[in-house]
Amino acid sequence: MTGASLRQRRPALPRLLVLLALISFLWPGGTRTGFPWSAAPAFAVDAPSEMLPDPAQEKRAEAIGARLRCLVCQNESIEDSSAGLARDLRHVVRIHVARGESDAQIMRWMTQRYGEFIRLSPRFSIATFLLWAMPALALIAGLGLAATMLRRARPAPPLDPQEQARLADILKEEGEHRS
Amino acid sequence: MTIPSRRRLLMALPVAGAGALGLGCWKILSSMEEGGFDPRAIRTEAMRHPLPDFSLGGLPGAGEGFDTRTLSRTGEPVLVNFFASWCIPCVAEMDALRKIARFLPIWGIAYKDRPEDARRFVLRDGSPYRRIGLDPDGMTAIEWGVTGVPESFLVLPGGHIAWHASAALDARQFEEKVLPLTREAK
Repeated sequence: MTGASLRQRRPALPRLLVLLALISFLWPGGTRTGFPWSAAPAFAVDAPSEMLPDPAQEKRAEAIGARLRCLVCQNESIEDSSAGLARDLRHVVRIHVARGESDAQIMRWMTQRYGEFIRLSPRFSIATFLLWAMPALALIAGLGLAATMLRRARPAPPLDPQEQARLADILKEEGEHRS
Repeated sequence: MTIPSRRRLLMALPVAGAGALGLGCWKILSSMEEGGFDPRAIRTEAMRHPLPDFSLGGLPGAGEGFDTRTLSRTGEPVLVNFFASWCIPCVAEMDALRKIARFLPIWGIAYKDRPEDARRFVLRDGSPYRRIGLDPDGMTAIEWGVTGVPESFLVLPGGHIAWHASAALDARQFEEKVLPLTREAK
């Protein structure tokens, strides 16, 4: 392997890492449920006895729990956290699921007690408008900026005959000075 | 040579942005110091204000238990305090609670505690609690929206939660936030 090819290859690794980090960050729910390439999110259900016997119900309970904030750790879902309160809330979610309540009913039960803050992804409202609209607004602003920059960078119109004659004169003068 | 005013404006924009950001950070930090803003506080404005349904057994020798009915029929403001003998901030809060108990009845709820531990804890230096309910599995705490101990709620006659603190109480907080609300209720 030559030195040149080594030198070309070296910066590829950090760039790749940045790209991977970006993908995992932008992946829907990527920051919450682990990296997209890990087959299953690592849930913190501490004991099999916590789980519901019906796999379909258990799956629903896990999905609901992944949307609820652990109020002790605050940036983890109750499914991810092993805090005592998270364990209790997982248990409560499973009781409600086993009773056959809908997702909306369970989320309402939780927000009635712990406020909107318990939702890991806030609902769309006037207060959260900027939060949700920011990606679109940023994209529009960026496109607008790019459009104005590109328009400004357009090549200047060709010189008219009068200007061409003047340019030739100037160049000729320059040539006489130099010689 | 003059810089076009448009370019000057574009150069000023990042400076102004950084300035605004700095101002915002300073405002957050200063209000955190004054106690006006707590980033870890659970937002309480969405909390439900009527009392939740619950019924708790008492702690024999230290206090009678209580439920939603008894708490809403007191006829006077009550401070409900969630505590546990295993919780260090609760130990530190006890002194303030004993002082507060001279102005306002305090009803305690022992969160995930063994009865004998809770009894030893509250009786050690004199109990501030008029009543004590046991919440061994923490399910009543969830009904109240408690995220940890200690937490306190001001309950007004008729069973309405008027105030909630998700941290240990001190004398200053009590005088500034809780006492005015109890006076309003009278």
